[in-house]
Amino acid sequence: MTSTRAGSRSLVPVGYGRYTVSIGDGSWFVRRRSVHVAIAALGAILVLGVLSLGLGTYALTPAEVLRVLAGGGEGIDRTVVLEWRLPRTVAAIVLGGFLAVAGALFQTVTRNPLASPDVIGLSNGAFTGMLVTVVFVSGSWPALTLGAVLGGLAAAAAIWLLASRDGVQGFRLIVVGIGVSALLASVNTWLLLQVELETAMFASAWGAGTLNGLTATPVLAAILTGLPLLAVLIVLAARLRILDLGDDAATAVGVNAGRVRTWALLIGVLLVSISTAVIGPVAFIALAAPQIARRAARSPSLSVTLSALFGGGLLLASDLVAQHALPVSLPTGVVTVSVGGLYLVTVIVLEIRRRA
Amino acid sequence: MTTSDATPRARSRRRRGLGLLTLVCLLVLAVLLSLAVGANPLPPGLVVDTLSGGGTDEARYVLNDLRIPRTIAGVVAGVALGVAGALIQAFTRNPLADPGILGVNAGAAFAVAIGVAVLGLRDVSSFVWLAFLGALVVTVGVYVIGSAGRGVADPIRLTLAGVAVGAVLSGVTTGMTLSNPDAFDAMRSWNAGSLLGRGIDVLLPVLPFVAIGLLVAALVAPGLNAVALGEDVARAQGANIAAIRVGVIVAVTLLAGSATAVAGPISFVGLMVPHVVRWVFGVDQRVILATSVVVAPVIILLSDVLGRVVIAPAEVPVGIVTAVIGAPVLIVLARRRNARGLR
Repeated sequence: MTSTRAGSRSLVPVGYGRYTVSIGDGSWFVRRRSVHVAIAALGAILVLGVLSLGLGTYALTPAEVLRVLAGGGEGIDRTVVLEWRLPRTVAAIVLGGFLAVAGALFQTVTRNPLASPDVIGLSNGAFTGMLVTVVFVSGSWPALTLGAVLGGLAAAAAIWLLASRDGVQGFRLIVVGIGVSALLASVNTWLLLQVELETAMFASAWGAGTLNGLTATPVLAAILTGLPLLAVLIVLAARLRILDLGDDAATAVGVNAGRVRTWALLIGVLLVSISTAVIGPVAFIALAAPQIARRAARSPSLSVTLSALFGGGLLLASDLVAQHALPVSLPTGVVTVSVGGLYLVTVIVLEIRRRA
Repeated sequence: MTTSDATPRARSRRRRGLGLLTLVCLLVLAVLLSLAVGANPLPPGLVVDTLSGGGTDEARYVLNDLRIPRTIAGVVAGVALGVAGALIQAFTRNPLADPGILGVNAGAAFAVAIGVAVLGLRDVSSFVWLAFLGALVVTVGVYVIGSAGRGVADPIRLTLAGVAVGAVLSGVTTGMTLSNPDAFDAMRSWNAGSLLGRGIDVLLPVLPFVAIGLLVAALVAPGLNAVALGEDVARAQGANIAAIRVGVIVAVTLLAGSATAVAGPISFVGLMVPHVVRWVFGVDQRVILATSVVVAPVIILLSDVLGRVVIAPAEVPVGIVTAVIGAPVLIVLARRRNARGLR
């Protein structure tokens, strides 16, 4: 969070395990544990980032990587790190963050930990758009990207229209989303049956979500489109927290609950679409990252900032595993699904153990 | 008309009676259609003739070798999916629950993928057992995770465990098939869910399991009405929650595993049927279960028939048709009323 005014900034410990943060004229409480968790997550991202810039067939030590990042290093080292690997690493961190933020928004608005963009069909919509493009138009990257984004947006619009009746309710949104999602999934299966095996396999790899072959241009484009949305979120976050008190309380303090929800979901949809356009429909980051962050911070509500950090870290870690830890190189999305799922299983078991 | 006919109870009984009669007629019609329609159409008269021992050689071949097994497969898969869906929705008190959510489909697909990628199986009748086994192992596993350390599983945790395990397995399945083009090719058609070529050899092994599943479902049905009011109320009413829980898990596993083994992953019928039934017949779980037995096969058979005619002479797999039909139904239901819980 930055302020346009050059005001005082401070982090002062107060009681009840909190800090007071002051930026300019504004000040608010943050939970001490949340700050610690955020710092830890940031540290993890930095370590993993250096690793991912160094690992590969042309391996570099962390020291060499850091030297390149600081502006030094050999010519070939610079090429490998900055041109070959940096786009991929940055994409994992930033787009993972986008996905997690979108997930946090969806889950906060619907008040349902299972409501995430991938559950309610946006990813399937993007995949449908991509497949339709492959089957009927062309297989070039720009066309595929456009098809995917249009597919995701169309699915979102359809879900939105179908779910709205005197406003959009969280529960109805999920039911409709699951319906649309299942429909699209079967359409995807059908489309995969219509194409050559090779095309189907390529499409499936993309459909799982992959960071292979990324160049700087799409990653930069995604960052530039996404950042303004995050700026809007700074304004929205406080109002979303008020919604936790219920619509009546929100109305009483002058917050239009319906409008806040609409904006939050819209931003979520856009973030997912941007990310899908670049790396395909990566599953589970949006679903799991906000919940993992919430548990790590032992916080009662979801935090957009923490979700973003955890999402970036998760996607980066998953991509490292997908590229380097397995005998065959897999689409990153295959790993995110497995990691996310295993995490959930672990949490379920541990929680029960603790209560038993 | 006597005065007692005017009481709400009598009215609802009459409505149920009429509804059930309509459904049975629909089922008969669906079976007839499933026998008559296809790449080689047979007039209904000829179908009836052939069934009663007459007919032509060609009609006998088409019916006995192709359409009768296929229709039976549709009915069996339908009954199993419908009842499994109704059970799991009633028990988890979650109107979105579906056998697929317990990880059954993912487990079956995972086992089939191993059979296809590692053991080199290519023929559906050879992976029936694998699908069944996968469904069984995974559902039990999900239950164990969902109830770790306490001997009981609460519905939400069970759902989460199912989603999680299902996600991991489908991830691994995708990974396995993507690194093996042959396996990928064999899996992509099975994944659509189809009744094509599901002969008696595929059906016979699963029939006893379906029968046991239905029996257990019938036994736990009365208790589910109590569970619908919340576990504390159910306990206060003297329902044996632990027994109901075990019964539901056993029944769902057997039924959904059988259906997946027969027809591949068809994940929409179990979700849709109980909703439709509740909407027409009210909330008595015994009635919902009994009616799902009739409604689900109607939906599967009609979808299968539709899939045969839409792009004839080619076919659309039944699993794709059910999703295309089911999604709008679910959406309409979600819009019609406040579909919260199982009210």
